[in-house]
Amino acid sequence: MTVAPAKTITYREAMREAIREAMLADDRVFLMGEDVGAYGGCFGVSKGLLAEFGQDRIRDTPLSESAFVGAGIGAAMGGMRPIVEVMTVNFCLLALDQIMNNAATISHMSGGQFQIPLVIRMTTGAGRQVAAQHSHSLEGWLAHIPGLKLLAPATIDDARGMLGPALADPNLVLIFEHGSLYNLEGELLPEGGAVDIERAAIRRTGSDVTLIAYGGTVATALTAAEQLARIGVEAEVIDLRVLRPLDDETIIASVVRTQRAVVIDEGWRSGSLAAEVSSRIMEQAFYELDAPVARVCSAEVPMPYPRHLEQAALPQPETVVAEVRRMIGLAADE
Amino acid sequence: MSARAPLDRDHGLELLRQMLLVRRFEEKCVELYSATKIRGFMHLYIGEEAVAAGAMQALESDDAIVATYREHGHALVRGVSAASIMAEMYGKLEGCSRGRGGSMHLFDAATRFYGGNAIVGGGLPLAVGLALADKLRGRRQVTACFFGDGAVAEGEFHECMNLSALWDLPVLFLCENNLYAMGTRIDRYESQTDLALKAASYEMTAWSVDGMDVLAVEEATRRAAAEVRAGSRPCFLELRTYRFRAHSMYDPDIYRSKDEIEAWKQHDPITDLIERLRAGELIADSDVEELERSIAEEIDAAIAFAEAGTLEPVAELERFVYAEGASA
Amino acid sequence: MSEFLMPSLGADMEAGTLLEWYVKPGAAVKRGDIVALVDTSKAEIEIEIFEDGVIDELLVPEGARVPVGTALAIVRAPEPTAVGANPATVEAPTESRPSEPESTLAAAPAAAAAGAAPPLRAPVTRAAPPPPHRIRGDHRGHASPVARRAASNLGVDLAAVVGTGPDGAIRKADVERAAVASRSPVAAPIEAPPVVPAETAPVQAPRATTAGDRQALMREAIGALMARSKREIPHYYLQLEIDFSKSLDWLHADNLKRSVEDRLLPSALLLSAVARAVAEMPEMNGFWLDGAFRPATGVHLGVAISLRGGGLIAPALHDADRKSLEEIMRGVRDLVQRARAGRLRSSEMSDPTITVTNLGDRGVDLVHGVIYPPQVALVGFGAVRERAWAADGMLGVRSTVVATLAADHRAGDGHAGSRFLTLIERHLQEPEEL
Repeated sequence: MTVAPAKTITYREAMREAIREAMLADDRVFLMGEDVGAYGGCFGVSKGLLAEFGQDRIRDTPLSESAFVGAGIGAAMGGMRPIVEVMTVNFCLLALDQIMNNAATISHMSGGQFQIPLVIRMTTGAGRQVAAQHSHSLEGWLAHIPGLKLLAPATIDDARGMLGPALADPNLVLIFEHGSLYNLEGELLPEGGAVDIERAAIRRTGSDVTLIAYGGTVATALTAAEQLARIGVEAEVIDLRVLRPLDDETIIASVVRTQRAVVIDEGWRSGSLAAEVSSRIMEQAFYELDAPVARVCSAEVPMPYPRHLEQAALPQPETVVAEVRRMIGLAADE
Repeated sequence: MSARAPLDRDHGLELLRQMLLVRRFEEKCVELYSATKIRGFMHLYIGEEAVAAGAMQALESDDAIVATYREHGHALVRGVSAASIMAEMYGKLEGCSRGRGGSMHLFDAATRFYGGNAIVGGGLPLAVGLALADKLRGRRQVTACFFGDGAVAEGEFHECMNLSALWDLPVLFLCENNLYAMGTRIDRYESQTDLALKAASYEMTAWSVDGMDVLAVEEATRRAAAEVRAGSRPCFLELRTYRFRAHSMYDPDIYRSKDEIEAWKQHDPITDLIERLRAGELIADSDVEELERSIAEEIDAAIAFAEAGTLEPVAELERFVYAEGASA
Repeated sequence: MSEFLMPSLGADMEAGTLLEWYVKPGAAVKRGDIVALVDTSKAEIEIEIFEDGVIDELLVPEGARVPVGTALAIVRAPEPTAVGANPATVEAPTESRPSEPESTLAAAPAAAAAGAAPPLRAPVTRAAPPPPHRIRGDHRGHASPVARRAASNLGVDLAAVVGTGPDGAIRKADVERAAVASRSPVAAPIEAPPVVPAETAPVQAPRATTAGDRQALMREAIGALMARSKREIPHYYLQLEIDFSKSLDWLHADNLKRSVEDRLLPSALLLSAVARAVAEMPEMNGFWLDGAFRPATGVHLGVAISLRGGGLIAPALHDADRKSLEEIMRGVRDLVQRARAGRLRSSEMSDPTITVTNLGDRGVDLVHGVIYPPQVALVGFGAVRERAWAADGMLGVRSTVVATLAADHRAGDGHAGSRFLTLIERHLQEPEEL
């Protein structure tokens, strides 16, 4: 059997391939959302799919988030495997009642009578100067809700591989695609296919500090790690991948090795996912810590429009490096 | 008002039995709630029985039903047992939702009863989705969506009217207009109070029905359901009805005049049907007595079942947060 | 006859005020009739009665606020009249009355009904609350940051410290205890290990083992302390058999005047007598530190308390010489309760200036105690027994108790010790002065 050569594709294309493959494999799968059909998807993910699958299975919806997310829930209960695309996480606020009170809740509330095998995909994050109402990172907020699973693919392999198991999962699965990742280019592993949707991944090994990130901040962490390496500090970078349920084992094992942790989260600090991760480290690895867990999060402001302010509000590699230097007792100018 | 099929004794008795079962069940719930056996929020259907009893006649066993938090009557008529509903309101494991939902969240997969939804308007998108699945799978099933007049003000109502008409989805929208959204009369919260007209503006067949006349409700729903099933497109019925009791158990009902309530009580769907059946010499007093007796037995047995029920072990609290077992 | 109860009218209603009665005694009522107006503090709601009958008596006056479920009125069966006299109606109250105990409802006709009910099951059992979310681990050898700081300040080697914190971790108090044990120059207070409270939640095997671990740790700690005491303190022992009959007689007579909760126990007299004697002989009351006796400022009796599951601690009863017998009783009771619940204050653990151990109820005649360092004395009492007693040249039977003294020979000698015991004896001959 010949091994296919590694493909160079973008994150966007990888996600498209994943949708396409899922729809070919199972005719219960269909995609529904705003501008997913004729427009090709707001971020170009579903380009070409309408021509291939037709308008029953690639459904453009009116601007009715509550109705079409709820319809996704009903269709899932009725035996389909819908992929609902909410254009960005900012608009999921209009559908929050359906997500929380129906999709995440009906299984438990009905005593286990109904499954909701629904996948909701959303673009998330800031950094493109689209201002306060279009720049939210609400993964942590949604990860607070019991009854759902939450994924944040940050690599091309994960964009390609996570959708399949998400569709196969009988529960509500939210998939967050950070807006900065769509153009990410790279090689798909030749044996690439489904990946797990349970474990965090170590993207870089190191022994001096654990940097914990997800989605858009994985790149921030890796950049910070490079900068730290130049001063002789080896950082281990964890890509959380699954934000609910969190993979405590991987996180704690790493922190036990390095004894220091920084969590990098684009959400606002107060009540953030970083706060949850920090709490768990405190509970499970208190005696291994050489310093308190640090959090690098967005400034607690509505995201401003001008570039310099937006960049100042977002987590930056330099901030991560500064936190690590504090932890290991290096003065800012050493 | 169109001609109706001649009413026969058996059918009349069946409709009467269903409405009487709901009425007596709800009355018993008042007692039980007052005695703190049933807790939380409870919303009674007394006065509105004709809608559930009449409408269910038009539905097949594999049709789906989405209802609201005022759904005891719908569940009973659909075939969810009084015992399992009572046990559910007692919070017992033997209840239809394992005791986890209570009065507002009755679910029953066997009868395709999708709740029991406590958010006003929250069930409409679910109904749209269930109908979407039927359409995509080529199933000739109807999704009956019951909701109150209050839901018409929610954005979701309009989104769902639009979406179901746009996509030709087989939803039967059944709006039970009892004139009040909790404590606010409809002319105080709707600029346009003709609800059928509102629905029609979304390009679907819509009309109003006397919701206190069970035979009218049955006839209208049969017609509407047939249209939904045949044409695979939505229909809307406004059922004009009235609740004889307050919105919920602790509502002082100060926003309605006693005269208004008395006037509507003159159109009690149950007494109206009994009179009609007597006038047609289809039933005798003894028939009614026999119904009352057997219904009382059924309700007593339901209470005994609920009283004897068990509590779900706390160790199982987290079961079904996620679905158990592989996906279907 | 049946009771009409204040109904629950809402999810959060706990009580209601009966604003107005619409019926009077003698009024005939039918099921569904409105009989009163109630204020639930959210709204005024008219309440209905669920049975036919005649109001017999109104129990709650207008304006009264009563909890949900309170009987508001008595209702008797309806009087038979030409219309409506119906065995079914008369019997209706039995089945419709929600206040009846569960057995009545369960016994109500359960004949086959359209919606057939499955067989009845066993009565409801109360569910235990879920166990608190806990992350367990083995943290023996791990020290908290505060403990590390203490270790650094006190010059303690953490490797030698036994931890009594969560899952065996080392707490600050463990370090302090170790500091005292190793005779550090700073007189750190002795703190006893915490007691495991009785667990009520369902327990899996790992938790039981940890509770056992805690017991083992505590025994280890006590053992270490006692071993050190025996190693370092030159004990001398004295004993004195004391005529306890006067005290007992007085106690008996005094208790007749008291209510059951206020009755005094013999141990209160013993403790009081010791406290007074200690006040009069300060050389028994203090600490041996740095090669010298340092007298304490107050008389804080360490009261030895045995713990369930094994173990002994002796927290302080402060200023015992200034307490009345009642105060001593109450104080000891409170200490025992909190000791067994693990809720003693650290001052209680570090403050005893002399310890009293009373093993009388265990049945032994006398006790040769082990001093709790850095105290210099320990008083023991055996069982109160009837013994042969010679007095005034005649043989009789008296209730007696044997008092013992274990004392630090560095701080004093038998002379002082004897005087001390004699003082105790004297106080016990004048119980009314205690």
